[in-house]
Amino acid sequence: MKIKQLSIFLQNRMGSLSKPLEVLSEADVNIRAMCMADTSEFGILRLVVDNPERGKEALEENSFLVKITEIIGVEMNDTPGGLTSILKVIKENEIDLEYLYAFTHEKEGKAILLLHADKLEELIDALKEKDIVIVQADEVYNL
Amino acid sequence: MFWNEEIETMPREDLEELQLKKLQATVKRAFDKIPYYNNRYTEAEVFPEDIETLKDIEKLPFITKDDLRQSYPFGLFAVDISEIKELHSSSGTTGKPVVSGYTDKDLDTWAETTARGLTMMGLGEEDILQNTHGYGMFTGGFGVHYGCHKIGAAIIPISTGQTRRQIEIMEDFGATGLIFTPSYGIHIGEVALEDGIDPKNLGIKAIGFGAEMWTEEIRQRVEELFGCKAFNIYGLTELMGPGVGVECEAQEGLHIAEDIYYPEIIDPNTCTTLGADTPGELVLTNLEREGMPVIRFRTKDLTKITYEKCSCGRTHARMSRITGRSDDMIKVKGVAIFPSQIEKALLKVGDVEPHYLIIVTRPGTLDEIEVKVEASQDIFFDGVKEMMAVQEKIGKSIENETGIRVKVTLVEPKTLPRFEGKAKRVIDERNLH
Ligand SMILES: [Zn+2]
Repeated sequence: MKIKQLSIFLQNRMGSLSKPLEVLSEADVNIRAMCMADTSEFGILRLVVDNPERGKEALEENSFLVKITEIIGVEMNDTPGGLTSILKVIKENEIDLEYLYAFTHEKEGKAILLLHADKLEELIDALKEKDIVIVQADEVYNL
Repeated sequence: MFWNEEIETMPREDLEELQLKKLQATVKRAFDKIPYYNNRYTEAEVFPEDIETLKDIEKLPFITKDDLRQSYPFGLFAVDISEIKELHSSSGTTGKPVVSGYTDKDLDTWAETTARGLTMMGLGEEDILQNTHGYGMFTGGFGVHYGCHKIGAAIIPISTGQTRRQIEIMEDFGATGLIFTPSYGIHIGEVALEDGIDPKNLGIKAIGFGAEMWTEEIRQRVEELFGCKAFNIYGLTELMGPGVGVECEAQEGLHIAEDIYYPEIIDPNTCTTLGADTPGELVLTNLEREGMPVIRFRTKDLTKITYEKCSCGRTHARMSRITGRSDDMIKVKGVAIFPSQIEKALLKVGDVEPHYLIIVTRPGTLDEIEVKVEASQDIFFDGVKEMMAVQEKIGKSIENETGIRVKVTLVEPKTLPRFEGKAKRVIDERNLH
Protein backbone atom coordinates (compact mmCIF):
# COMPACT_ATOMS: atom_id res chain seq x y z
CA MET A 1 0.00 0.00 0.00
CA LYS A 2 2.80 2.39 0.88
CA ILE A 3 4.63 3.87 -2.04
CA LYS A 4 8.42 3.96 -2.02
CA GLN A 5 9.50 7.44 -2.93
CA LEU A 6 13.06 8.50 -3.74
CA SER A 7 14.30 11.57 -1.86
CA ILE A 8 17.46 13.05 -3.37
CA PHE A 9 19.65 15.73 -1.85
CA LEU A 10 20.59 18.45 -4.33
CA GLN A 11 22.65 21.54 -4.14
CA ASN A 12 20.79 24.48 -5.54
CA ARG A 13 22.75 25.37 -8.58
CA MET A 14 21.93 25.60 -12.24
CA GLY A 15 21.43 22.24 -13.81
CA SER A 16 21.37 20.34 -10.53
CA LEU A 17 17.94 18.97 -11.39
CA SER A 18 18.74 17.62 -14.82
CA LYS A 19 21.58 15.27 -13.83
CA PRO A 20 19.56 12.90 -11.61
CA LEU A 21 16.77 12.78 -14.18
CA GLU A 22 19.30 11.89 -16.85
CA VAL A 23 20.77 9.14 -14.67
CA LEU A 24 17.33 7.64 -14.16
CA SER A 25 16.43 7.76 -17.80
CA GLU A 26 19.71 6.06 -18.69
CA ALA A 27 18.91 3.33 -16.17
CA ASP A 28 15.51 2.94 -17.82
CA VAL A 29 13.67 4.07 -14.73
CA ASN A 30 10.46 5.98 -15.47
CA ILE A 31 9.25 8.88 -13.43
CA ARG A 32 5.59 8.91 -12.38
CA ALA A 33 5.53 12.06 -10.28
CA MET A 34 7.99 14.55 -8.92
CA CYS A 35 8.26 17.56 -6.69
CA MET A 36 11.08 19.74 -5.48
CA ALA A 37 11.33 21.24 -2.02
CA ASP A 38 14.05 23.80 -1.77
CA THR A 39 15.66 26.65 0.08
CA SER A 40 18.05 29.14 -1.45
CA GLU A 41 20.93 26.76 -0.71
CA PHE A 42 19.78 23.19 -1.14
CA GLY A 43 16.83 21.17 -2.25
CA ILE A 44 15.22 17.80 -1.85
CA LEU A 45 13.95 16.23 -5.02
CA ARG A 46 11.14 13.73 -4.43
CA LEU A 47 10.31 11.22 -7.11
CA VAL A 48 7.86 8.41 -7.56
CA VAL A 49 9.28 6.01 -10.13
CA ASP A 50 8.33 2.64 -11.55
CA ASN A 51 11.29 0.86 -9.94
CA PRO A 52 12.49 2.62 -6.76
CA GLU A 53 15.25 0.10 -5.94
CA ARG A 54 16.81 0.29 -9.36
CA GLY A 55 16.46 4.07 -9.31
CA LYS A 56 18.24 4.33 -5.98
CA GLU A 57 21.04 2.08 -7.11
CA ALA A 58 21.61 4.04 -10.32
CA LEU A 59 21.63 7.36 -8.48
CA GLU A 60 24.02 6.13 -5.81
CA GLU A 61 26.38 4.82 -8.44
CA ASN A 62 26.51 8.41 -9.64
CA SER A 63 27.30 9.68 -6.12
CA PHE A 64 23.86 11.06 -5.35
CA LEU A 65 22.62 11.03 -1.80
CA VAL A 66 19.33 9.13 -1.86
CA LYS A 67 16.91 7.88 0.73
CA ILE A 68 13.81 5.78 0.18
CA THR A 69 10.85 7.32 2.00
CA GLU A 70 7.39 5.87 2.34
CA ILE A 71 4.36 7.89 1.24
CA ILE A 72 0.78 7.04 0.34
CA GLY A 73 -1.36 7.92 -2.63
CA VAL A 74 -5.06 8.60 -2.59
CA GLU A 75 -7.46 9.00 -5.42
CA MET A 76 -9.28 12.28 -5.60
CA ASN A 77 -11.72 13.88 -7.94
CA ASP A 78 -9.94 16.18 -10.32
CA THR A 79 -12.55 18.83 -9.71
CA PRO A 80 -12.73 21.86 -7.43
CA GLY A 81 -13.14 20.71 -3.84
CA GLY A 82 -11.46 17.34 -4.45
CA LEU A 83 -8.46 18.31 -2.39
CA THR A 84 -10.28 20.10 0.42
CA SER A 85 -12.38 17.08 1.29
CA ILE A 86 -9.25 15.03 1.87
CA LEU A 87 -7.49 17.76 3.80
CA LYS A 88 -10.55 18.07 6.00
CA VAL A 89 -10.21 14.45 7.11
CA ILE A 90 -6.54 14.99 7.94
CA LYS A 91 -7.32 18.11 9.92
CA GLU A 92 -10.14 16.49 11.86
CA ASN A 93 -7.81 13.71 12.94
CA GLU A 94 -5.06 16.18 13.89
CA ILE A 95 -2.44 14.50 11.74
CA ASP A 96 0.66 16.54 10.90
CA LEU A 97 1.08 16.43 7.17
CA GLU A 98 4.73 16.91 6.18
CA TYR A 99 4.10 17.50 2.50
CA LEU A 100 1.85 16.59 -0.40
CA TYR A 101 1.88 16.72 -4.17
CA ALA A 102 -0.45 15.53 -6.86
CA PHE A 103 -0.45 14.26 -10.40
CA THR A 104 -3.09 13.30 -12.95
CA HIS A 105 -3.10 10.34 -15.25
CA GLU A 106 -5.14 8.68 -17.96
CA LYS A 107 -7.90 7.56 -15.61
CA GLU A 108 -10.40 10.22 -16.54
CA GLY A 109 -11.36 12.84 -14.05
CA LYS A 110 -9.16 11.42 -11.32
CA ALA A 111 -5.96 12.65 -9.84
CA ILE A 112 -3.62 10.98 -7.39
CA LEU A 113 -2.63 12.89 -4.31
CA LEU A 114 0.65 11.83 -2.68
CA LEU A 115 0.95 12.37 1.04
CA HIS A 116 3.68 12.08 3.64
CA ALA A 117 3.26 12.23 7.39
CA ASP A 118 5.41 11.00 10.24
CA LYS A 119 2.43 9.01 11.49
CA LEU A 120 1.67 7.28 8.22
CA GLU A 121 -0.39 4.44 9.80
CA GLU A 122 -2.71 6.85 11.55
CA LEU A 123 -3.20 8.72 8.31
CA ILE A 124 -4.10 5.52 6.47
CA ASP A 125 -6.64 4.55 9.14
CA ALA A 126 -8.26 7.96 9.15
CA LEU A 127 -8.62 8.03 5.38
CA LYS A 128 -9.97 4.50 5.22
CA GLU A 129 -12.61 5.35 7.78
CA LYS A 130 -13.99 8.01 5.43
CA ASP A 131 -13.92 5.58 2.50
CA ILE A 132 -11.22 7.46 0.66
CA VAL A 133 -9.51 5.11 -1.76
CA ILE A 134 -5.85 4.50 -1.10
CA VAL A 135 -4.05 3.58 -4.27
CA GLN A 136 -1.96 0.41 -4.30
CA ALA A 137 1.75 1.04 -4.73
CA ASP A 138 1.98 -1.26 -7.76
CA GLU A 139 -0.78 0.66 -9.42
CA VAL A 140 1.25 3.85 -9.19
CA TYR A 141 4.51 2.22 -10.27
CA ASN A 142 2.82 0.65 -13.30
CA LEU A 143 0.72 3.55 -14.50
CA MET B 1 58.99 -5.84 22.25
CA PHE B 2 61.89 -3.43 21.77
CA TRP B 3 64.15 -2.85 18.82
CA ASN B 4 66.87 -1.23 20.88
CA GLU B 5 66.03 -2.02 24.48
CA GLU B 6 69.15 -0.48 26.01
CA ILE B 7 68.54 2.92 24.45
CA GLU B 8 64.74 2.89 24.56
CA THR B 9 64.54 2.05 28.27
CA MET B 10 67.62 4.00 29.38
CA PRO B 11 67.15 5.80 32.74
CA ARG B 12 66.38 9.46 32.02
CA GLU B 13 69.46 10.69 33.83
CA ASP B 14 71.72 8.66 31.56
CA LEU B 15 69.67 9.62 28.53
CA GLU B 16 70.05 13.32 29.29
CA GLU B 17 73.78 12.90 29.73
CA LEU B 18 73.92 11.23 26.33
CA GLN B 19 71.79 14.00 24.81
CA LEU B 20 74.06 16.71 26.20
CA LYS B 21 77.17 15.07 24.76
CA LYS B 22 75.53 14.73 21.37
CA LEU B 23 74.15 18.27 21.46
CA GLN B 24 77.56 19.75 22.25
CA ALA B 25 79.13 17.80 19.40
CA THR B 26 76.36 18.80 16.99
CA VAL B 27 76.55 22.52 17.81
CA LYS B 28 80.34 22.47 17.48
CA ARG B 29 80.22 20.71 14.11
CA ALA B 30 77.54 23.05 12.81
CA PHE B 31 79.46 26.12 13.97
CA ASP B 32 82.70 24.89 12.44
CA LYS B 33 81.41 23.51 9.17
CA ILE B 34 78.29 25.44 8.17
CA PRO B 35 78.61 29.18 7.48
CA TYR B 36 74.92 29.74 8.22
CA TYR B 37 75.28 28.62 11.85
CA ASN B 38 78.62 30.35 12.21
CA ASN B 39 77.10 33.67 11.17
CA ARG B 40 73.89 33.32 13.12
CA TYR B 41 75.61 32.24 16.35
CA THR B 42 78.29 34.87 16.05
CA GLU B 43 75.62 37.53 15.56
CA ALA B 44 73.74 36.24 18.61
CA GLU B 45 77.05 36.08 20.50
CA VAL B 46 76.56 32.50 21.51
CA PHE B 47 79.27 29.91 20.95
CA PRO B 48 79.58 26.12 21.17
CA GLU B 49 81.32 26.32 24.56
CA ASP B 50 78.26 28.09 26.00
CA ILE B 51 76.33 24.84 25.84
CA GLU B 52 77.07 23.42 29.27
CA THR B 53 73.68 21.97 30.07
CA LEU B 54 70.73 20.84 27.97
CA LYS B 55 68.87 23.94 29.08
CA ASP B 56 71.57 26.06 27.42
CA ILE B 57 70.09 25.10 24.06
CA GLU B 58 67.62 27.95 24.69
CA LYS B 59 70.46 30.42 24.08
CA LEU B 60 70.63 29.33 20.45
CA PRO B 61 68.50 31.03 17.80
CA PHE B 62 65.75 29.08 16.06
CA ILE B 63 65.91 27.95 12.48
CA THR B 64 62.77 28.14 10.33
CA LYS B 65 61.62 26.62 7.09
CA ASP B 66 62.38 29.95 5.40
CA ASP B 67 65.99 29.80 6.59
CA LEU B 68 66.27 26.30 5.17
CA ARG B 69 64.75 27.46 1.90
CA GLN B 70 67.20 30.30 1.59
CA SER B 71 70.03 27.79 1.78
CA TYR B 72 68.63 25.95 -1.23
CA PRO B 73 69.86 23.54 -2.34
CA PHE B 74 72.92 22.42 -0.38
CA GLY B 75 73.75 25.44 1.78
CA LEU B 76 73.27 23.65 5.09
CA PHE B 77 75.28 20.54 4.36
CA ALA B 78 78.11 19.85 6.79
CA VAL B 79 79.88 17.39 4.52
CA ASP B 80 81.18 17.34 0.98
CA ILE B 81 78.64 16.24 -1.63
CA SER B 82 80.77 13.15 -2.21
CA GLU B 83 79.66 11.87 1.17
CA ILE B 84 75.97 12.48 0.52
CA LYS B 85 74.26 9.27 -0.56
CA GLU B 86 70.67 10.38 -0.91
CA LEU B 87 68.72 13.59 -1.41
CA HIS B 88 65.12 14.33 -0.55
CA SER B 89 63.02 17.43 -0.50
CA SER B 90 59.82 18.57 1.10
CA SER B 91 56.93 19.68 -1.05
CA GLY B 92 57.44 23.27 -2.08
CA THR B 93 53.96 24.76 -2.19
CA THR B 94 55.42 28.22 -1.83
CA GLY B 95 58.86 29.11 -3.14
CA LYS B 96 61.79 26.73 -3.19
CA PRO B 97 61.52 23.38 -1.44
CA VAL B 98 63.72 22.34 1.47
CA VAL B 99 66.43 19.86 0.58
CA SER B 100 67.62 17.15 2.95
CA GLY B 101 70.91 15.31 2.42
CA TYR B 102 71.88 11.99 3.98
CA THR B 103 75.23 10.27 4.45
CA ASP B 104 75.43 6.49 4.76
CA LYS B 105 75.37 6.83 8.51
CA ASP B 106 72.34 9.16 8.35
CA LEU B 107 70.40 6.62 6.32
CA ASP B 108 71.23 4.04 8.96
CA THR B 109 70.14 6.37 11.78
CA TRP B 110 66.91 7.08 9.94
CA ALA B 111 66.27 3.35 9.48
CA GLU B 112 67.01 2.86 13.20
CA THR B 113 64.20 5.26 14.16
CA THR B 114 61.60 3.69 11.89
CA ALA B 115 62.74 0.19 12.90
CA ARG B 116 62.04 1.10 16.52
CA GLY B 117 58.61 2.38 15.46
CA LEU B 118 57.65 -0.66 13.41
CA THR B 119 58.71 -2.86 16.35
CA MET B 120 56.49 -0.76 18.65
CA MET B 121 53.63 -1.49 16.29
CA GLY B 122 54.27 -5.20 16.81
CA LEU B 123 55.81 -5.90 13.41
CA GLY B 124 58.79 -8.20 12.90
CA GLU B 125 60.62 -10.26 10.31
CA GLU B 126 57.69 -12.60 9.59
CA ASP B 127 55.52 -9.66 8.52
CA ILE B 128 54.65 -8.20 5.12
CA LEU B 129 54.26 -4.44 5.09
CA GLN B 130 52.35 -2.61 2.36
CA ASN B 131 53.60 0.95 2.17
CA THR B 132 51.11 3.29 0.47
CA HIS B 133 53.20 6.37 1.20
CA GLY B 134 54.53 7.97 -1.92
CA TYR B 135 58.10 7.10 -2.89
CA GLY B 136 60.20 9.78 -4.50
CA MET B 137 61.38 13.08 -3.06
CA PHE B 138 58.86 12.82 -0.24
CA THR B 139 60.48 11.07 2.74
CA GLY B 140 57.35 9.18 3.81
CA GLY B 141 57.94 6.24 1.50
CA PHE B 142 61.65 5.65 1.98
CA GLY B 143 61.75 6.20 5.75
CA VAL B 144 59.40 3.32 6.34
CA HIS B 145 61.11 1.32 3.61
CA TYR B 146 64.55 1.45 5.25
CA GLY B 147 63.14 0.68 8.69
CA CYS B 148 61.33 -2.29 7.27
CA HIS B 149 64.58 -3.66 5.83
CA LYS B 150 66.19 -3.25 9.23
CA ILE B 151 63.57 -5.29 11.09
CA GLY B 152 63.70 -7.89 8.32
CA ALA B 153 60.05 -7.67 7.28
CA ALA B 154 59.08 -7.85 3.60
CA ILE B 155 58.10 -4.51 2.13
CA ILE B 156 55.62 -3.91 -0.69
CA PRO B 157 56.63 -0.48 -2.05
CA ILE B 158 53.31 0.14 -3.77
CA SER B 159 53.05 3.90 -3.17
CA THR B 160 49.81 5.87 -3.21
CA GLY B 161 46.96 5.45 -5.65
CA GLN B 162 45.37 2.68 -7.70
CA THR B 163 43.15 1.81 -4.78
CA ARG B 164 41.60 -1.34 -6.24
CA ARG B 165 45.04 -2.70 -7.03
CA GLN B 166 46.12 -1.91 -3.46
CA ILE B 167 43.29 -4.09 -2.16
CA GLU B 168 44.06 -6.88 -4.59
CA ILE B 169 47.74 -6.93 -3.56
CA MET B 170 46.79 -6.87 0.13
CA GLU B 171 44.66 -9.95 -0.40
CA ASP B 172 46.98 -11.84 -2.73
CA PHE B 173 50.27 -11.11 -0.93
CA GLY B 174 48.76 -11.46 2.54
CA ALA B 175 49.95 -8.09 3.84
CA THR B 176 49.98 -7.99 7.65
CA GLY B 177 50.90 -4.33 8.08
CA LEU B 178 49.75 -1.18 6.30
CA ILE B 179 51.14 2.32 6.14
CA PHE B 180 48.82 5.08 4.99
CA THR B 181 47.51 8.56 5.70
CA PRO B 182 44.23 8.36 7.65
CA SER B 183 42.09 9.80 4.86
CA TYR B 184 43.58 7.47 2.27
CA GLY B 185 43.15 4.53 4.64
CA ILE B 186 39.46 5.26 5.06
CA HIS B 187 39.19 5.58 1.30
CA ILE B 188 40.82 2.16 0.80
CA GLY B 189 38.48 0.65 3.39
CA GLU B 190 35.41 2.12 1.74
CA VAL B 191 36.39 0.99 -1.72
CA ALA B 192 37.00 -2.52 -0.39
CA LEU B 193 33.55 -2.58 1.19
CA GLU B 194 31.99 -1.32 -2.04
CA ASP B 195 33.58 -4.26 -3.80
CA GLY B 196 32.24 -6.68 -1.24
CA ILE B 197 35.55 -7.22 0.58
CA ASP B 198 35.45 -6.72 4.34
CA PRO B 199 38.83 -5.14 5.24
CA LYS B 200 38.60 -6.88 8.62
CA ASN B 201 39.10 -10.21 6.88
CA LEU B 202 42.35 -9.16 5.22
CA GLY B 203 44.40 -10.21 8.24
CA ILE B 204 46.03 -6.85 8.91
CA LYS B 205 47.84 -6.81 12.30
CA ALA B 206 48.88 -3.18 12.53
CA ILE B 207 48.52 0.11 10.70
CA GLY B 208 50.94 3.03 10.72
CA PHE B 209 49.47 6.47 10.19
CA GLY B 210 51.34 9.45 8.97
CA ALA B 211 51.59 12.74 7.18
CA GLU B 212 48.36 14.44 8.15
CA MET B 213 46.32 15.58 11.08
CA TRP B 214 43.67 13.29 12.41
CA THR B 215 41.35 12.95 15.37
CA GLU B 216 40.77 10.09 17.82
CA GLU B 217 37.43 9.46 16.07
CA ILE B 218 39.20 8.95 12.74
CA ARG B 219 41.59 6.49 14.37
CA GLN B 220 38.61 4.58 15.76
CA ARG B 221 37.00 4.52 12.33
CA VAL B 222 40.17 3.09 10.76
CA GLU B 223 40.59 0.54 13.56
CA GLU B 224 36.98 -0.55 13.13
CA LEU B 225 37.30 -0.78 9.36
CA PHE B 226 40.43 -2.93 9.45
CA GLY B 227 39.91 -4.65 12.79
CA CYS B 228 43.36 -3.83 14.18
CA LYS B 229 45.26 -1.10 16.00
CA ALA B 230 46.44 1.99 14.15
CA PHE B 231 49.60 3.75 15.32
CA ASN B 232 50.66 7.31 14.80
CA ILE B 233 53.98 7.99 13.08
CA TYR B 234 55.47 11.47 13.10
CA GLY B 235 58.36 12.97 11.25
CA LEU B 236 59.42 15.66 8.85
CA THR B 237 61.79 15.88 5.94
CA GLU B 238 63.70 18.84 7.40
CA LEU B 239 64.86 16.70 10.33
CA MET B 240 65.22 13.40 8.42
CA GLY B 241 61.76 11.99 7.77
CA PRO B 242 59.21 9.76 9.50
CA GLY B 243 60.36 8.14 12.72
CA VAL B 244 60.89 11.20 14.92
CA GLY B 245 58.05 9.86 17.05
CA VAL B 246 56.02 6.64 16.89
CA GLU B 247 53.29 5.28 19.12
CA CYS B 248 53.75 2.14 21.16
CA GLU B 249 51.04 -0.40 22.01
CA ALA B 250 49.81 1.85 24.85
CA GLN B 251 48.70 4.41 22.22
CA GLU B 252 49.20 7.20 24.73
CA GLY B 253 51.44 9.47 22.75
CA LEU B 254 54.36 9.03 20.38
CA HIS B 255 57.77 8.11 21.78
CA ILE B 256 60.32 10.55 20.47
CA ALA B 257 63.64 8.90 19.64
CA GLU B 258 65.32 11.19 22.15
CA ASP B 259 68.87 9.99 21.58
CA ILE B 260 68.43 11.13 17.98
CA TYR B 261 66.13 14.16 18.29
CA TYR B 262 66.01 16.71 21.07
CA PRO B 263 62.47 18.05 21.52
CA GLU B 264 61.31 21.35 23.03
CA ILE B 265 57.92 23.00 23.27
CA ILE B 266 57.69 26.76 22.81
CA ASP B 267 54.99 29.37 22.88
CA PRO B 268 54.64 30.19 19.15
CA ASN B 269 54.03 33.87 19.88
CA THR B 270 56.63 34.70 22.53
CA CYS B 271 59.07 31.91 21.55
CA THR B 272 59.75 31.11 25.19
CA THR B 273 60.31 27.49 26.14
CA LEU B 274 57.39 25.88 27.91
CA GLY B 275 57.46 23.06 30.43
CA ALA B 276 56.26 19.47 30.20
CA ASP B 277 52.58 18.77 29.55
CA THR B 278 51.97 22.29 28.22
CA PRO B 279 50.67 22.65 24.68
CA GLY B 280 52.75 24.67 22.26
CA GLU B 281 54.86 24.46 19.12
CA LEU B 282 57.29 21.59 18.77
CA VAL B 283 60.94 22.52 18.18
CA LEU B 284 63.36 19.78 17.18
CA THR B 285 67.13 19.40 17.04
CA ASN B 286 69.11 16.67 15.27
CA LEU B 287 71.44 15.02 17.76
CA GLU B 288 72.78 12.46 15.36
CA ARG B 289 73.13 13.71 11.86
CA GLU B 290 76.23 14.09 9.73
CA GLY B 291 74.95 15.40 6.42
CA MET B 292 72.79 18.27 7.55
CA PRO B 293 72.45 18.91 11.27
CA VAL B 294 69.37 21.06 11.95
CA ILE B 295 69.34 22.84 15.29
CA ARG B 296 66.19 24.20 16.93
CA PHE B 297 63.88 23.82 13.97
CA ARG B 298 60.44 25.37 14.42
CA THR B 299 58.11 22.63 13.18
CA LYS B 300 54.95 24.79 13.47
CA ASP B 301 53.26 21.63 14.72
CA LEU B 302 51.28 22.02 17.91
CA THR B 303 51.55 19.33 20.56
CA LYS B 304 52.69 18.74 24.15
CA ILE B 305 55.28 16.46 25.69
CA THR B 306 55.21 14.24 28.73
CA TYR B 307 58.36 12.80 30.32
CA GLU B 308 56.59 10.25 32.50
CA LYS B 309 57.64 6.66 32.01
CA CYS B 310 55.27 4.83 29.69
CA SER B 311 53.48 1.61 30.64
CA CYS B 312 55.40 -0.10 27.81
CA GLY B 313 58.65 0.38 29.71
CA ARG B 314 60.17 3.01 27.43
CA THR B 315 61.67 6.07 29.08
CA HIS B 316 61.72 8.28 26.01
CA ALA B 317 59.41 11.29 26.13
CA ARG B 318 56.01 11.10 24.48
CA MET B 319 54.40 13.80 22.38
CA SER B 320 50.65 13.85 21.94
CA ARG B 321 49.21 13.71 18.47
CA ILE B 322 49.48 16.95 16.50
CA THR B 323 46.43 19.05 17.21
CA GLY B 324 47.10 21.78 14.71
CA ARG B 325 49.66 23.97 13.00
CA SER B 326 50.78 27.25 14.37
CA ASP B 327 50.75 28.56 10.77
CA ASP B 328 47.89 26.53 9.23
CA MET B 329 45.85 27.94 12.04
CA ILE B 330 43.33 30.40 10.67
CA LYS B 331 43.05 33.60 12.60
CA VAL B 332 39.57 34.98 12.23
CA LYS B 333 38.35 37.99 14.12
CA GLY B 334 41.40 37.51 16.33
CA VAL B 335 40.44 33.95 17.23
CA ALA B 336 42.69 31.03 16.34
CA ILE B 337 40.86 28.20 14.61
CA PHE B 338 42.21 24.82 13.53
CA PRO B 339 40.70 22.47 10.96
CA SER B 340 40.77 19.73 13.60
CA GLN B 341 38.24 21.69 15.65
CA ILE B 342 35.84 21.83 12.72
CA GLU B 343 36.31 18.12 12.23
CA LYS B 344 35.55 17.44 15.87
CA ALA B 345 32.41 19.57 15.67
CA LEU B 346 31.18 17.62 12.66
CA LEU B 347 31.83 14.27 14.32
CA LYS B 348 29.83 15.46 17.31
CA VAL B 349 26.70 16.03 15.24
CA GLY B 350 26.88 12.49 13.93
CA ASP B 351 28.69 12.95 10.64
CA VAL B 352 30.82 9.81 10.87
CA GLU B 353 33.29 10.54 8.08
CA PRO B 354 33.21 14.28 7.62
CA HIS B 355 34.38 15.71 4.33
CA TYR B 356 34.63 19.44 4.64
CA LEU B 357 36.37 22.53 3.36
CA ILE B 358 36.89 25.78 5.22
CA ILE B 359 36.77 28.91 3.13
CA VAL B 360 37.86 32.20 4.65
CA THR B 361 36.96 35.41 2.87
CA ARG B 362 36.97 39.08 3.65
CA PRO B 363 34.16 40.61 1.60
CA GLY B 364 34.44 44.01 3.28
CA THR B 365 36.54 44.65 6.32
CA LEU B 366 35.32 41.66 8.28
CA ASP B 367 36.39 38.05 7.96
CA GLU B 368 33.82 35.45 7.08
CA ILE B 369 34.14 31.71 7.31
CA GLU B 370 32.14 29.30 5.28
CA VAL B 371 32.33 25.60 6.05
CA LYS B 372 31.25 23.40 3.19
CA VAL B 373 30.16 19.97 4.36
CA GLU B 374 29.32 17.05 2.15
CA ALA B 375 25.90 15.71 3.04
CA SER B 376 25.94 11.99 3.88
CA GLN B 377 23.41 9.34 4.87
CA ASP B 378 24.11 10.15 8.54
CA ILE B 379 22.86 13.69 8.16
CA PHE B 380 20.30 13.45 5.37
CA PHE B 381 16.57 13.56 6.08
CA ASP B 382 13.59 13.83 3.77
CA GLY B 383 12.48 17.22 4.97
CA VAL B 384 13.58 20.79 4.37
CA LYS B 385 12.95 21.67 8.02
CA GLU B 386 15.07 18.75 9.20
CA MET B 387 17.89 19.69 6.84
CA MET B 388 17.82 23.29 8.02
CA ALA B 389 18.01 21.92 11.57
CA VAL B 390 21.06 19.84 10.59
CA GLN B 391 22.75 22.95 9.18
CA GLU B 392 21.90 24.85 12.34
CA LYS B 393 23.19 22.03 14.55
CA ILE B 394 26.49 21.92 12.67
CA GLY B 395 26.81 25.69 13.01
CA LYS B 396 26.16 25.53 16.75
CA SER B 397 28.60 22.66 17.20
CA ILE B 398 31.32 24.61 15.36
CA GLU B 399 30.56 27.66 17.45
CA ASN B 400 30.92 25.56 20.61
CA GLU B 401 34.32 24.29 19.49
CA THR B 402 35.74 27.52 18.13
CA GLY B 403 33.70 30.38 19.54
CA ILE B 404 33.05 31.67 16.04
CA ARG B 405 29.83 31.71 14.04
CA VAL B 406 30.32 30.33 10.57
CA LYS B 407 28.14 29.87 7.54
CA VAL B 408 27.45 26.20 6.96
CA THR B 409 26.70 24.99 3.45
CA LEU B 410 25.67 21.43 2.74
CA VAL B 411 26.94 20.17 -0.58
CA GLU B 412 26.38 16.99 -2.56
CA PRO B 413 28.53 13.91 -1.85
CA LYS B 414 31.94 13.70 -3.52
CA THR B 415 31.88 17.30 -4.75
CA LEU B 416 34.72 18.45 -2.48
CA PRO B 417 38.26 17.61 -3.58
CA ARG B 418 39.73 14.33 -2.30
CA PHE B 419 43.36 14.04 -1.29
CA GLU B 420 45.54 11.03 -1.23
CA GLY B 421 48.35 12.77 0.63
CA LYS B 422 48.04 15.68 3.02
CA ALA B 423 44.47 16.95 3.03
CA LYS B 424 43.97 20.60 2.26
CA ARG B 425 41.15 21.75 4.45
CA VAL B 426 41.49 25.51 4.31
CA ILE B 427 41.14 27.95 1.47
CA ASP B 428 42.08 31.44 2.56
CA GLU B 429 40.88 33.99 0.04
CA ARG B 430 41.64 37.03 2.16
CA ASN B 431 44.82 38.10 0.43
CA LEU B 432 46.56 39.02 3.64
CA HIS B 433 50.05 39.17 2.17
ZN1 LIG C 1 55.13 3.42 25.41
